Amino acid sequence: MKRCSLYVLTGLILTFAMFFCVPAFGADTLKIGSFLSVTGPASFLGDPELKTLQMYIDEINSKGGIEGKRIEFVHYDTKGKAQEAKKYVTRLIKKDRVDVIIGGTTSGNTLAVIDIVQNAHVPLISLAGSVKIIEPVKKWVFKTPHTDRMAAAKIYEDMKKRGISRVALITGNGGFDKSGRAQCLALAPKYGITIVADEQYGNSDTDMTTQLTKIRATNAQAILNFGFGKAPAIVTRNVRQLGIKLPLYQSHGVASRKFIELAGKAAEGVRLPAAALLVADLLSDSDPQKRVLIDYKTKYETKYGPVSTFGGHAYDALFITLGAVERAHSIDRAKIRDEIEKTHGFIGTGGIFNMTPKDHLGLGLDAFKMLEIRNGSWTLVD
Amino acid sequence: MLDQLLQFLISGITVGSIYALVGLGFAIIYNASDVVNFAQGEFVMIGAMSAVFLVGKGVPYPLAVFCAVTITIMVGFALEKFAIEPARDASVVTTIIITIGASIFLRGAALLIWGKDVYGLPPFTGDRPISVGPATMLPQNLWVIGGTLLSVMAVKFFFDRTLTGKAILACSFNKKAAYLVGINVRKMLLIAYGLSAALGAIAGILIAPITYTSYDAGVMLGLKGFCAAILGGMGSSMGAVAGGLLLGVLETMGAGFISSGYKDAIAFVVILLVLFFRPSGILGKQEADRV
Repeated sequence: MKRCSLYVLTGLILTFAMFFCVPAFGADTLKIGSFLSVTGPASFLGDPELKTLQMYIDEINSKGGIEGKRIEFVHYDTKGKAQEAKKYVTRLIKKDRVDVIIGGTTSGNTLAVIDIVQNAHVPLISLAGSVKIIEPVKKWVFKTPHTDRMAAAKIYEDMKKRGISRVALITGNGGFDKSGRAQCLALAPKYGITIVADEQYGNSDTDMTTQLTKIRATNAQAILNFGFGKAPAIVTRNVRQLGIKLPLYQSHGVASRKFIELAGKAAEGVRLPAAALLVADLLSDSDPQKRVLIDYKTKYETKYGPVSTFGGHAYDALFITLGAVERAHSIDRAKIRDEIEKTHGFIGTGGIFNMTPKDHLGLGLDAFKMLEIRNGSWTLVD
Repeated sequence: MLDQLLQFLISGITVGSIYALVGLGFAIIYNASDVVNFAQGEFVMIGAMSAVFLVGKGVPYPLAVFCAVTITIMVGFALEKFAIEPARDASVVTTIIITIGASIFLRGAALLIWGKDVYGLPPFTGDRPISVGPATMLPQNLWVIGGTLLSVMAVKFFFDRTLTGKAILACSFNKKAAYLVGINVRKMLLIAYGLSAALGAIAGILIAPITYTSYDAGVMLGLKGFCAAILGGMGSSMGAVAGGLLLGVLETMGAGFISSGYKDAIAFVVILLVLFFRPSGILGKQEADRV
């Protein structure tokens, strides 16, 4: 009996010893932690992100790792819940002792953990959209996806080129819509644009002709619909139904084949800003992004199926991290952070990143391409 | 101004007839069992999604519609057989809660089968807008309005003129008495669920070319249909239609003349007011409880 408990005790001690030894081996590995929403309502974002990270980390490890170090990847699924995000980020920092964290699939998940990483001094690269993540600048927090402010700016730039100055705004009632609406309203004066109508609809509404009838009665020169999901497709069809001939702009929220499929013929002539990944094949060969985009697209599509811009954000975050580690010749968290901030001229799927201490995203407006739908397919405007 | 009013009215009637069609399904099950079936919206979704799926598989449109309605009726039967019937001795409230559970289950099943994507159906007869004076509408709008009218008449005929319809009504008045005069109460309930599933499916297929559909499309439609049914008077099929049309017109007028941001709020305030002054709805029978 006594001997038995002795065995148990020895076993326990050994287990504990192994536990504490892990960080000691850590010097030979670069530990990347991530917390993504692989299941739950945001799974269409988180799933391609995780697949992208795993695919490239496996590939790099099979080629001998980076700076002579293997990459160890620790991932937790937050199911889109902010509370889970907090729990897992704490675990990544305290138990797994990761060197860098990639994640937050959603803005909610990212904003929930900012205080934790700021206090623990761990670099974090977020894959979420909100401009609030990097404004005001937080020392340890970076992000790779475009913001809705950039989308609004890109649209206004195009409108100015066409001599449009009076715009009718129509938006949904979701988080994406509301944030986009706020950016559109805030940016308008800067581009000399007057918002002559500001209509709203519910994202599950079935008909928007009422709002559009009101817009028709104004002196607007263009309609701007900032939305997501099926509602923008209904808006597009309602515009044509009412015989409104004004140019119609959509946001990057509908930048997918699905939109053209749903809106059908009504989508002809619609303009929208979108990430270059969507139109990788259309880019001219001199475009510096083209090779990166085609590479990523081919690799992802041979392994998993149709590519999405969301996976691309994870690609950008991973390679910004690896670039920083290479330049730092170290896996010291502070050194990695400093090098991430110095990222310059990195060609990613989202655009060309030039980070500064004041800009923890580092993308210019050229990261978005202005597209027009013609004959049921995308064409580049500029 | 008058041009706008006409367009608002047409939009309102289109949206309203969608609500009416869904509300009608609520009325039938309520008629048969005093239960509000919260899975009604899911019937709408399953009808539309099955049709989309079958059309996508290359099945001819009319056949796909027929099969989709049949599938939904089967789901309705299954819901009654496996969820409602085992709890036949439970109170009305318990049964309502069961239907809420069933709606979540059906939504989850649809998510697993069809995924999260949004789908559309091609319009029945083209998509060239029809001008009505200065206003416009789509041919599909006419299909929805016509389909609603036909369904209402069929339902009215069924309950007023056929023996089965009358038997279903008898079950709702007094189950025990209905049983004693030889009505197969269980079978009547099964028929009621099948019928309202069929109505839901028809509604779903009629509106899918206009509103698109997805695994969660039933939530909003179910809610609006439920509002239509109480607004018109729960259990009255004409009431559900009147309630649906009124709700649709209220929403568009509110959005058109006051503010589109408060569209739903305006409609709900009116519903509250109606229920405050006429708790049994516009066309509902005044309740008189016997002591």
